[in-house]
Amino acid sequence: MFKISKSTLILVALGLIAPYFLYPVFVMKVLCFGLFAMAFNLLLGYVGLLSFGHAAFLGTGGYVTGYLVMETGLSPELGILCGTIAAGLLGALYGKLAVKREGIYFAMVTLALAQLAFFFYLQAPFTGGENGMQGIPRGELFGFIDLSDSLNMYYTVLVIFLFGFWLINRTIHSPFGQILKAIRENEPRAVSLGYNVNDYKWVAFIISASLAGLAGSTKTLVFQLASLSDAHWHMSGEVVLMTLLGGMGTLLGPLVGAASVVTIQNYLSGGELGNYIHIIMGLIFVVCVLAFRSGIVGEFQKFMRKNFS
Amino acid sequence: MASLFDINVFGLFGQLLIGLINGSFYALLSLGLAIIFGLLKIINFAQGALYMLGAFMAWMVLQYFGINYWAALFIVPLAVGLIGVIMERFLLRRISNEDHLYSLLLTFGIALILQGVFTHIFGSSGLSYKIPAELKGGFKLPFMYLPTYRAWIIVVSLLVCGLTWYMIEKTKLGAYLRAGTENPKLMQAFGINVPLIVTLTFGFGVGLAGLGGVLAAPIYSVSPYMGADLLIVVFAIVVIGGMGSIGGAILTGLAMGILEGLTKYFYPEASTTIIFVVMVIVLLLKPSGLFGKEA
Repeated sequence: MFKISKSTLILVALGLIAPYFLYPVFVMKVLCFGLFAMAFNLLLGYVGLLSFGHAAFLGTGGYVTGYLVMETGLSPELGILCGTIAAGLLGALYGKLAVKREGIYFAMVTLALAQLAFFFYLQAPFTGGENGMQGIPRGELFGFIDLSDSLNMYYTVLVIFLFGFWLINRTIHSPFGQILKAIRENEPRAVSLGYNVNDYKWVAFIISASLAGLAGSTKTLVFQLASLSDAHWHMSGEVVLMTLLGGMGTLLGPLVGAASVVTIQNYLSGGELGNYIHIIMGLIFVVCVLAFRSGIVGEFQKFMRKNFS
Repeated sequence: MASLFDINVFGLFGQLLIGLINGSFYALLSLGLAIIFGLLKIINFAQGALYMLGAFMAWMVLQYFGINYWAALFIVPLAVGLIGVIMERFLLRRISNEDHLYSLLLTFGIALILQGVFTHIFGSSGLSYKIPAELKGGFKLPFMYLPTYRAWIIVVSLLVCGLTWYMIEKTKLGAYLRAGTENPKLMQAFGINVPLIVTLTFGFGVGLAGLGGVLAAPIYSVSPYMGADLLIVVFAIVVIGGMGSIGGAILTGLAMGILEGLTKYFYPEASTTIIFVVMVIVLLLKPSGLFGKEA
């Protein structure tokens, strides 16, 4: 049950040494968005459901954690747990509604539902409206690990990320995951085999939403900020882009995509090209869809299969 | 007591009018989406950005070439339609055999590019476009004041929606279109140029968004993101109505605009979310949408 592949070991090793070579906050951002994109990819890549509303879960995780940690003085681990559960509950609600429709309608329903959450956070008194919640304390993990230390924070994020990675890996390779793939490949056939397809989609949606919430909660502690932009539809689009660019339906693709997008954003926002950020994101979308549908990891795997097997 | 009642009536009709105007734009956009969906089976995520493009084009042709509102009302939808034709012919057609989700992502990318370009050139604060002199002023009705331009928007959009409905449901061209929706292969076997019809349909659907943009320019601030937020509401409307019928798209659009106006009057806090709430209720009771066919 606990098979560790070579690529997982490399990933863990890279994760352990990364903060000594790269700016830790940057790597933490990549890990948070990587987890977010992997959660999203569980739906798109393995069930074939394109959710255009995942920002709602990222935002919910962030706001709930931020509020609890800042206003009630909850410890960071409980704050993250509550944020994750809140996103999961919202996912249960939204998922129940969204799985009633398929394909393009599914995308539109999730987008509209996420907008509902966005307007709630815009108007709710505790979120700070357009300014967001600022100055959220990182606190002390389990009461003795001081998270204001950037390396402590980093390794906490790494553990959370690896947990998410493990859970998704485990889900995909379980019998449950096989049924998800069967639904993706041929839904009528899965129905005729007696599977209650909508329930499977629903559970996958809840897992995906919870992990997106976990990413949002973690991100809030890292940046000590819960902002409205996390719940905006732009963020839903960004996670689609990360997954598409990295390679949908591959395990590591979303992480690679997230790293690429975060790198591009960091690079652009520093220089004069900052204004071009949306244009470049849009261009990447168009190029990916027209010529690069397997994404970076997908193309790499194809290349390896062609030449080395 | 009487005066209080008067104010209420004024406020109520004022909000109803705003609702009807919003509904006109919802109807124009969801009609365009429904027409495109019928033949191409895709949802055009760039519809909102093209609506924005229409508004900016109206502003630009006036500013740079001195072309007035009346000419823009014809030129701009044609130009936006032409851009749609190019989009379909050179981008969307290349992936027409792939999963439709890819087309959706492609149009989303195009929307980001358009919004990014206009934000870069004009900033995000918004420009203003003057109401043409002929449509200034208004009528004093017994229960409210009706600005001429607002009445004009409602009349034009109802007229365009009605004509489109007539064209699709009652003419030979419309019959081709509906037949293409049902069975494109059979149509092609009868010697009808289906790819051309698909391209022109996309151009027409997009042109409706462009027309919406020109109509909106004088009353809303012309800004790069004016279409994006509108489009999400239109998506909810499309889910509510279902895309099975052209008439359904128009009716749902208008009805939701009016409902939004009423909500703004009776319970303003919910006015931004009421349409999404209706969507949730429709999903619970009739998932295929009010006018949708069972999938």
